[in-house]
Amino acid sequence: MQRLIAFLLVVAVTFGVIAFTAPGLLNGTKLGLDLKGGFEVLYEAEPLYEGGTITPAALKQTALSLEKRANQNNVGEPEVTTEGTNRIRVKIAGVADEAKLRELMKRPANLEFRSAEGCASPTDFCKVELMGSDFVEGAARVELDQMGRPVVAIQVKDKNKLAEVSTRLLNQPLAIMLDGELISAPVVRVPLTDGSAVIEGQESLEEARELAEIINMGALPLKLTEKYTQSVGATLGLKSLEQTLRAGVIASVLIMIFLIGFYRLPGFVASICVFVYVWLLLGVLYLMDATITLPGIAAFVLGVGIAVDSNILMAERMKDELRSGKSLPSAFRAGSKHSFRAIIDAHATNIIAGFSLYFMGQGAVRGFAIVHLWSIVINILTNVFFPRLLLSLLVLSGKFSKLGYYGVKESEVRAL
Amino acid sequence: MRSEYDETKFNFMKASKTAFLISAIILVLGVLSLSIFGLNYGIDFSSGTVVDVTTSKQVASEDAKAFFDEYGENTLTASPNRLSVRFKDALTEQQELDLKTKFSAQFDDGATYEVNIVDADIAREQQWKALTGIALASVGIVIYMAIRFEWRFGLAAVLSLLQVAFLVVSIFSIFRLEVNLTFIIAILTIVGYAVNDTVVIFDRIRENLRFAKIKKRADLEFLVNTSIWQMLTRSITTALTTLIAAVCLFIFGSQSLRLFSLAMILGLVFGALSSIFIASPLWVFFRSKFAPKTKKAVKAPSAP
Repeated sequence: MQRLIAFLLVVAVTFGVIAFTAPGLLNGTKLGLDLKGGFEVLYEAEPLYEGGTITPAALKQTALSLEKRANQNNVGEPEVTTEGTNRIRVKIAGVADEAKLRELMKRPANLEFRSAEGCASPTDFCKVELMGSDFVEGAARVELDQMGRPVVAIQVKDKNKLAEVSTRLLNQPLAIMLDGELISAPVVRVPLTDGSAVIEGQESLEEARELAEIINMGALPLKLTEKYTQSVGATLGLKSLEQTLRAGVIASVLIMIFLIGFYRLPGFVASICVFVYVWLLLGVLYLMDATITLPGIAAFVLGVGIAVDSNILMAERMKDELRSGKSLPSAFRAGSKHSFRAIIDAHATNIIAGFSLYFMGQGAVRGFAIVHLWSIVINILTNVFFPRLLLSLLVLSGKFSKLGYYGVKESEVRAL
Repeated sequence: MRSEYDETKFNFMKASKTAFLISAIILVLGVLSLSIFGLNYGIDFSSGTVVDVTTSKQVASEDAKAFFDEYGENTLTASPNRLSVRFKDALTEQQELDLKTKFSAQFDDGATYEVNIVDADIAREQQWKALTGIALASVGIVIYMAIRFEWRFGLAAVLSLLQVAFLVVSIFSIFRLEVNLTFIIAILTIVGYAVNDTVVIFDRIRENLRFAKIKKRADLEFLVNTSIWQMLTRSITTALTTLIAAVCLFIFGSQSLRLFSLAMILGLVFGALSSIFIASPLWVFFRSKFAPKTKKAVKAPSAP
């Protein structure tokens, strides 16, 4: 009796947690463009000037500045990632001003050194003195001055130009602006005649490094060309999501009916466990802040298949043991022990496959691999260990001793 | 164990010859079809633009055709409230915006659009990445199974799963079904399922092998046949439940998932059948051709 209460308690708590978290989970789960509607562009970056090369740092900086730009202009919350050596993927789910976004994204990063000469106020830097292209590519770096403070050393291509600017703006601030945003406004201390300069006043090494990266990026702006765009109208996306969800619900109900009809008590336990699996996988994806797309759904379906299989293996094995005349508790133990190895080997091979795809793949293939790997891990928890716990409580409670509960007919049992 | 061998029962090992023949025929047709026609690559694999317009009212397809023709060579598929146009050349950004604005103004201001512009390189790269991923996975599976089982099981499992994947590719090639990025994902799913299905059956063969005295090939065939019979209910029920999911997706899921779920259905059926009719006989073949040299002393089975 205690065990039966324990079973009911475990199930009640599990479903309580699910019911409590489900609304937040369902609303918070991010759906990909192919399901929800939105916009995705894959850019290929090339150096804006001939003879330049793309460094990983430059690509990363460009991606960061793309994200900043989109945020500043309130066109939506973009997800910007770099891919390979020269690609940047921008995804914006939901409704966004597509035209504005695409226009915004394609501009190369615009680095300018400006002064306030002839401007309305001393903080209104309106005169462009130096541009990104005036700097030697990749030459900005962090150094330490005599006091051990971090400074940023820069080099320009035309030393006469720097000499002229620094002489004219002696003791005046020179603002460093990226895409019109003020990054720093150091004051010119001495005329700089040899084409190199140091920017002082860095608070930390981190800050200095950031500034050096910004200048390097500005010196080598990348030209972005659209390689692939996908845009899905919001209503179209919503419709396909509704259809897919409906398909999922119908499938779940049918699978549960089938499992309970065929496997009775173990089938009932399996239904609970598959449900928990779906919830937990959604939960992990939510915590990872992952976006669910079509490949993710594919991995999801595969996961359900493997989850059901784990349960079926166990139930079948138990049936075999019962038919061979074992008592219910020992049939349960033998069934759970013997089916375990097959289940673990099957999961292990799938983990190997998942990792292979993760390391070799990119984009959709990698997305599939991530969900697949998580689904295997969660499967081991929810459909290998959890059903064993639930079934053991039911079996050992002694309330379900009729063989019919396990899909075995009395006539099939052979004498031991 | 339940099933004692019974002559009247279906002999899977005998039937596997037919299965190999059918599989070989499809594979040969597939290779022919692939080398002559290739795959019917969709938008993801050929540069171009596809515009799907969902309209809120009926738009005459002749009018729409005339409208779209201004933007370049295209094929138009019209169904009630949905127009699907495929442009041979990728539209420029300007053209795309222009098309949307003008269409909304001219025909239907409640229209929504789905636009896909593709550079074929991306999809080809994905395809290549998926292939190398599967290759690496195959090597990994062989190594794992060599450690946990024996190498013959690993080799048989991998050959069988590659065969399943290739069967589905063949069928898509023969019937000229469109292959897109999602197809690649479907193949990956099928591979995962086939691996799971085969490993479980091999586990039972391995288990029965421990207590078996193998003297000749017939003993092996007997052992495998018994193992398959023991696992048969499970094979069918697992395949059925997973099929329920795939078929529901096929019937009730969105249009864009249709070919994807078709590939899944084919793969699930082939995967389940191959574990029995291809993978297991392959193992028998390897085991009898390359029999273990030093026979380990078989421990006397302890009575269960």
